Amino acid sequence: MSAISKRFPGVAALDGVDFHVAAGEVVGLVGENGAGKSTLMKILSGIHRADSGEIALDGERVTMHGPADAARLGIAIIHQELEVIATLDVAGNVFLGREPHRAGPLYLLDRRRMEADTERHLARIAATMSPRAIVGSLSTAQQQFVAIARALSMNARLLVLDEPTASLGSAETERLHAVLNELRSAGTAIVYISHRLREIEALADRAVVLRDGRNAGVLQRGEISRDGLVQLMVGRVLERQPAKVASAALGTPALQVDRIRTARYPAVEVSLTVNRGEVLGVAGLIGAGRSELGEAICGVGGRISGRILLDGQPLAIDSPRDAIRTGICLVPEDRRGRGIIAPMSVRDNLTLPTLRSFARLGLIARSAEEKAASDTVSTLTVKTTSLEAAAATLSGGNQQKVVLGKWLALRPRVIIFDEPTQGVDVGAKAEIHRLMRALADGGAAVVMISSDLDEILTESDRVAVMHEGRITGILDRAACTPESIMQLAVA
Amino acid sequence: MTRKEIGVFLLLLTLCAIVASASPQFLSVTNLQNVARLVGTYGIFSIGVGIVIITGGIDLSIGSICALLGVLLSMMLVEWGWSAAAALTAVIAIGGCLGAAHGLLVARLRLQPFIVTLCGLLLYRGAARYIADDSTKGFGVGQGFEWVRALASGSIGGVPMPFVVMCVVGVLAWVLLHRSVYGRHLFAIGHNAEAARYSGIRTRAVVTWAYVLSGVLAAVSAIILAFYTNSISPASHGNFYELYAIAAAVVGGCSLRGGEGSVLGIVMGAALLQVLRNLVNLLDIPGSLDFAVMGAVILVGAMADQLFGRRLRRGA
Repeated sequence: MSAISKRFPGVAALDGVDFHVAAGEVVGLVGENGAGKSTLMKILSGIHRADSGEIALDGERVTMHGPADAARLGIAIIHQELEVIATLDVAGNVFLGREPHRAGPLYLLDRRRMEADTERHLARIAATMSPRAIVGSLSTAQQQFVAIARALSMNARLLVLDEPTASLGSAETERLHAVLNELRSAGTAIVYISHRLREIEALADRAVVLRDGRNAGVLQRGEISRDGLVQLMVGRVLERQPAKVASAALGTPALQVDRIRTARYPAVEVSLTVNRGEVLGVAGLIGAGRSELGEAICGVGGRISGRILLDGQPLAIDSPRDAIRTGICLVPEDRRGRGIIAPMSVRDNLTLPTLRSFARLGLIARSAEEKAASDTVSTLTVKTTSLEAAAATLSGGNQQKVVLGKWLALRPRVIIFDEPTQGVDVGAKAEIHRLMRALADGGAAVVMISSDLDEILTESDRVAVMHEGRITGILDRAACTPESIMQLAVA
Repeated sequence: MTRKEIGVFLLLLTLCAIVASASPQFLSVTNLQNVARLVGTYGIFSIGVGIVIITGGIDLSIGSICALLGVLLSMMLVEWGWSAAAALTAVIAIGGCLGAAHGLLVARLRLQPFIVTLCGLLLYRGAARYIADDSTKGFGVGQGFEWVRALASGSIGGVPMPFVVMCVVGVLAWVLLHRSVYGRHLFAIGHNAEAARYSGIRTRAVVTWAYVLSGVLAAVSAIILAFYTNSISPASHGNFYELYAIAAAVVGGCSLRGGEGSVLGIVMGAALLQVLRNLVNLLDIPGSLDFAVMGAVILVGAMADQLFGRRLRRGA
């Protein structure tokens, strides 16, 4: 692949990226969240089309119009979110869309051949499950092997694995690596995307680092090291100087999280304190369990055990409603799915949690509601044609302001932002940061979960870094550098 | 009125004009009173089902609830000698309890509304037939509960009582849906239950109450209907009424995905169905075709809405 560029509305995801992989080679592909790894691989597998640049296979230029074209060329990609059908059996998944059929006009499924072939592919990767096992009943690791068997059955010459070990234990990881080594000796080209830099170190013949949609550097086998990779991943110049924050004058503890375990990482206990008046950044790579922690605190679900204390008082939080009543609010990551109710008006969205305060005998006093909503709109400078406009018609940044605006009237004591500026334009981003700081200055404890390292560095008073469910370190403002955060965020 | 409401209104108006021009009888006072009586009876339970549909649910149990409550009402008044007030209270309370049971199964146990109320449809039909021993129940000459009968057959200033009751229910429902906190929460849940929960709305309670309302309104309709027919044969009384209700709600602008609909639309939808039945009657179309006519007109309406709506979207 050479000089690949891809723009999405508003952002350049890839900017002139070169990438190649040889037969019998394992290339590790690393980079921060949003560095462009997934976009590059989606172009390689025909899901996206590059705006410019070309792809060549065995020296011959190829054009792909969809994943089917890529499959025909022998390119198989195993996505991080496994694309298996849980209700089908193993053989059905391996041959999905390419089911062998018996001779005759009825095109009856040739189950015997399907199962025999599946068995053969499973044996190649030393997987022991039955071809008839229902995939939904298998462990994530086994499902991973089903996906690999599927790739093998397509005679893939190029195999792309996106975070294949994110949900695997160490024994399973070793087995996967053994399989990959074997495929490499058989001449398969392999691209291995992982945040686990130790695995890249152990496995890759070459490591390609992307940063902000550009090539950041290549390390050859022997020179690949964890520290070297981290350096390349973050090696950038900050565009802005960190905002001036009175970091010394941090208040008293407001929110205390005491040994919480979440359903995503049931074996890990997390404890954390957030002070009044501070913005605590929570950094980490995707899947580190940051959102799960935020959701557990806000009563959305997933908390298995542990206590949440506000001003030293333990709280009984079993629903978002409980959390909201004690003054703990969440600005969720999934803005359209959980933040706003897209078809409803800006006004209806803004007053949803506080509607009762405008009501007498359950009936809404419409003028009071109208006034509160229009006040919020002007305080937050939400750009909308009218209060009656559907929230769906607003830009991402303005939708985010609406989500934030829902909580303002409640004067939250703790407010958790999950990826507050994802998909938000620069202007609105600055305003959201300003509002976040204003909330902290007003005495709230602010938690900001973010995958945007610049945002973490410039907006946080302290930074907690998470990796695989664990808080691997809490950095004071002075100790925060891209390198120090990334060191804690990777394995 | 919203665009949807105007659409239903125009459809209703056109239909009335067609029937009136084809058969002058349509505009006769007697005929209009008859239609209004039916619109009232069907409109009341349609509003209840509409509320459930707005949450993204469905209520298939209406017809069977009408049969069960009709049988019970007759037995309370005629065979057990209950006072009219006690019988009405009991019937409405039972309707509410059945609705509450549906609501709790849907909201707490997370069963699918279709399944819960389908089982209700089967259960209550069976219960009605068993309790009545499969024999037709009625109210005879009816002594001591004339005022209840008046709910079905009486009129105020020429307006049939069922229509008056529906108007009262409609106004109350309009206030509840379009002016109250509960109503706002109902629409929010219908559009996006997750976001509603994230906003601190007690989604399960709101949904449960929607089914309770549907049960109560079905009970009110059941009382009127029982006296309207004056004879309740448990195997057939109220058959298909749930479908009239769903059709009225959908014709009136409710989306089966939830979050959309209005009381005015539902009432006009219910009226439209009755005008169609009236059309079959007056125009000497074989009675066996009345369902077919209804199905065809609703289908054409839905197609027109989809095509017209699509053109609007493309134009925008």
